[in-house]
Amino acid sequence: MGKILEIHDLKVCFHTEDGTVHALNNVDLTLEDGITLGLVGETGAGKTTLAKSIMRLIPSPPGKIENGEIIYDGKNILELSDTDIMSIRGQEISMIFQDPMSSLNPVITVGDQIAEVIQVHNKDLDKKEVFNRACEMLEMVGISADRAFDYPHQFSGGMKQRVVIAMALACNPRILIADEPTTALDVTIQAQVLEMMRELKQKFNTATLLITHDLGVVAQMCEKVAIMYAGEIVESGTVHDIFNNTLHPYTEGLLGAIPKIHLHEKRLQPIEGLMPDPMDMPKGCIFCDRCKYATERCKNEHPQITNVGGEHTVRCFLRQDEKGGEE
Amino acid sequence: MHKAKTQFDPAVKDKQEQRTLFQQAVRQFKHNKMAVAGLIIILILLAIIIATVVIDIVTDQSFYNEHVIKQDLSLRLAKPSAEHIFGCDEYGRDLFLRIIWGTRLSLTIGIAAIFLSVIIGAPFGIIAGYYGKTTDNIIMRFMDVLLSVPYILLAMAIVAALGKSTINLLIALSVSGIAKYARIARASVMVVKDNEYVEAARAMGANDFTIMFKYILPNALAPILVQLSLGIGDSILAVAGLSFLGLGVQYPQAEWGAILTAARTYMLQAWHVSIFPGIALIISVIAFNLFGDGLRDALDPKLKR
Amino acid sequence: MARYIIKRILLAIPVLIGATFLVFTILFFTPSDPARMILGSSATEEAIEAMNEELGINDPFFVRYFNYMKGLVQGDMGRSYRNNSSVSETIAGRLGNTLILASAGMLFAIIIGIPVGILSAVKQYSKIDNATMFITLFLTAVPTFWYALILVIIFALKLHWLPASGMGVGLVPLLKSLILPTITLGSGYAAMIARTTRSSVLEVIRQDYIDTARAKGVSEKTVIWKHMLKNALIPIVTVVGLNFGSLLGGSVLTETIFSWPGVGRYVVDSISYRDTNAVLGSVVTLTILFTIVNLAVDIIYALIDPRIKSQYAVKRRKKHAQSENAV
Repeated sequence: MGKILEIHDLKVCFHTEDGTVHALNNVDLTLEDGITLGLVGETGAGKTTLAKSIMRLIPSPPGKIENGEIIYDGKNILELSDTDIMSIRGQEISMIFQDPMSSLNPVITVGDQIAEVIQVHNKDLDKKEVFNRACEMLEMVGISADRAFDYPHQFSGGMKQRVVIAMALACNPRILIADEPTTALDVTIQAQVLEMMRELKQKFNTATLLITHDLGVVAQMCEKVAIMYAGEIVESGTVHDIFNNTLHPYTEGLLGAIPKIHLHEKRLQPIEGLMPDPMDMPKGCIFCDRCKYATERCKNEHPQITNVGGEHTVRCFLRQDEKGGEE
Repeated sequence: MHKAKTQFDPAVKDKQEQRTLFQQAVRQFKHNKMAVAGLIIILILLAIIIATVVIDIVTDQSFYNEHVIKQDLSLRLAKPSAEHIFGCDEYGRDLFLRIIWGTRLSLTIGIAAIFLSVIIGAPFGIIAGYYGKTTDNIIMRFMDVLLSVPYILLAMAIVAALGKSTINLLIALSVSGIAKYARIARASVMVVKDNEYVEAARAMGANDFTIMFKYILPNALAPILVQLSLGIGDSILAVAGLSFLGLGVQYPQAEWGAILTAARTYMLQAWHVSIFPGIALIISVIAFNLFGDGLRDALDPKLKR
Repeated sequence: MARYIIKRILLAIPVLIGATFLVFTILFFTPSDPARMILGSSATEEAIEAMNEELGINDPFFVRYFNYMKGLVQGDMGRSYRNNSSVSETIAGRLGNTLILASAGMLFAIIIGIPVGILSAVKQYSKIDNATMFITLFLTAVPTFWYALILVIIFALKLHWLPASGMGVGLVPLLKSLILPTITLGSGYAAMIARTTRSSVLEVIRQDYIDTARAKGVSEKTVIWKHMLKNALIPIVTVVGLNFGSLLGGSVLTETIFSWPGVGRYVVDSISYRDTNAVLGSVVTLTILFTIVNLAVDIIYALIDPRIKSQYAVKRRKKHAQSENAV
């Protein structure tokens, strides 16, 4: 399968008055055609920053991409001109934001908002055609076309997210970045939206970067997974690798925090402690303060991400040694 | 019974939390250089006011009468010099001293008027916001009426009815401001009143009065304080404006607006009489506005970044 | 829409009646002796008594209020105590002048304030932004009358470009005489609008839907003028409307300084003559004007905020839609 998006050694910082926040450090990530990659991590791990870097939507200042490259279609997105990136946004790579309540403009009708993305990328189409296509998109996500004239506040949360998805898919993009598309929704609505996304993905064969903190969603939707912690990818691989052959202690902790229906557990196992202060990252392994296996080496030396067989990679001295992976 | 109550009283915990919130606000405020500059100017103005009061008391107003009120026509409209650094006014009085003494009236009337507006207006707003329904409707419709007459015009009408004097100016400005602060207090009470600690207090048998003034008011105070401090600048300008129209502070008392009225006649011969009191006014108003902006940024977590 | 407008008008009527009652009550206590003012100091006691009877001075409060309101509805505001002229006619002759000045001031403020505020927000922390913040800080703190004096000294007395006072006759003299009063009246207002625009644009800039728009590939210009401004406009309109009252207050000072023959100057003159009827008439007139502007603001709201528009446009909404009374 062809690689459609490759991220190499990406480093993003936010320079604020209180100090420099290291939001992303040495991130490598590959997205393949037609594949759904789940990006998992807790709040503040840098998932959204990564997504916005791909769209080149990091607000600058205070944000700055210090290092690395994002290769899409043979071009480095970070070096494109403003006009070029504008023609990629929405047409080739689109993004769904976390909160459907606030990601639609409250003073523009939903039909016009969908039509806008179509019009921007199809300047030769006349207004009527554009609007008809917007209505088709609405129908496709299960909203009747006569609601195109309604404003966002007249829709429920789940419906708004459908509108956002319709907008993101309107130009049939090659990559869809979905930033926690269902977190803000009720559980039943979540299932509906996810189901719809899966159907649409199959229909359009869109490569998807699905950002979530819910491993259940990953198991349901993804082929590949990358686990992110404090701005670094700590483990990545196929769904099978991650769930059945867990290597990184953090991933282990994440899986331990999920209730298992077939076991009568008295308590779930939370991961003790907090993520390190992004303004003051530890010198050694970023997870060592919370890791029950941490050794002296972990405190002093920073582990590199290492392939341990197949597509499975991990950033941990302990597991690399066990698996005999080479640095 | 009493002891047990204080132990579980959420207000005790509230207080601790408030202190940390307060400390946070102080830290935020200190961060804002402009706001600190505003505060420093305000403190200097305050010191000037206190100094003039002390001098008046100690000298039994003889210094005031000798230098601020007494006329010396030989120095009429004298230009600034080493002896009179701001020059003299149309009656040969030292302009610098008149401005220094004018600080008292110019600022205190404006500040006092705002405080009176808040003290009278806020309880109405709190009651309206707390009880809602008919009470709210009656109070707020009355406030709508007060608010429908432009501020300065209402104040002018009141001064016209009561007569021109410093006290009447204060009354006029206070009354004109009531509705604004009632509205602000109401809005912020509406935000706070559905919080669970209010429910908890009610469940513990606190009466309406206690709930309103002990539980709701401290939590609804921030927006009221912010608007109060932001209103002071306008209030000072209103005092000066009405004095300029001859509806405020009366001759021969020293007040910046009143000095400017007189200065208008001589603005070509003696620019200094217009310039200095105007600058004094601008600096004071800017100081209060900066302070108010800083306070808003410090107390409004929404704007914290 | 029509229903909304009618409802607003109906709501404004009791407020106006209340306002006239308030002002009438306040001025009822004005110590004045109109009969003597009209008849002169040589008049006999009988003549004065007869005049008082004719003016209705001896009637009880409510009778006088009722009579006043009866006259007001028919456009009769009584007679001036100073020169026995009709207050309504005097005001009618002056109201146009006040309207010219007030609208010029408002227009000046909006035309300057909104673009400056947007520029300042979009280029936050730049030199332009800092300069704007400094100048607006200064302008909101400058006393109207002092500012006017400085302008007159420079442009009228020193440079002789513009007249120092009065209202010119004929288009060009009128416009020339309008410039200084307009700047005097509009500068503080413009500064306030600029600051509000800046802060509300800054608020909107952070919203998710702005990133959504950018992610669609829309140009930055469209993002600002279409997506931001329409949302930022709602608080701006509020400030423009609420501060129209202080603009009218400012016009009293401005008219006095520039000897502009408007209603504001009439109030000031009438107060010094204890001409209660004239004061009452002018304050009531300016209050009505203020109320009309607020009404216009409410209607503009409905035009730009779909949340209000749809409340009234869509039949399936509840009949008694909550009116938005919160500040």
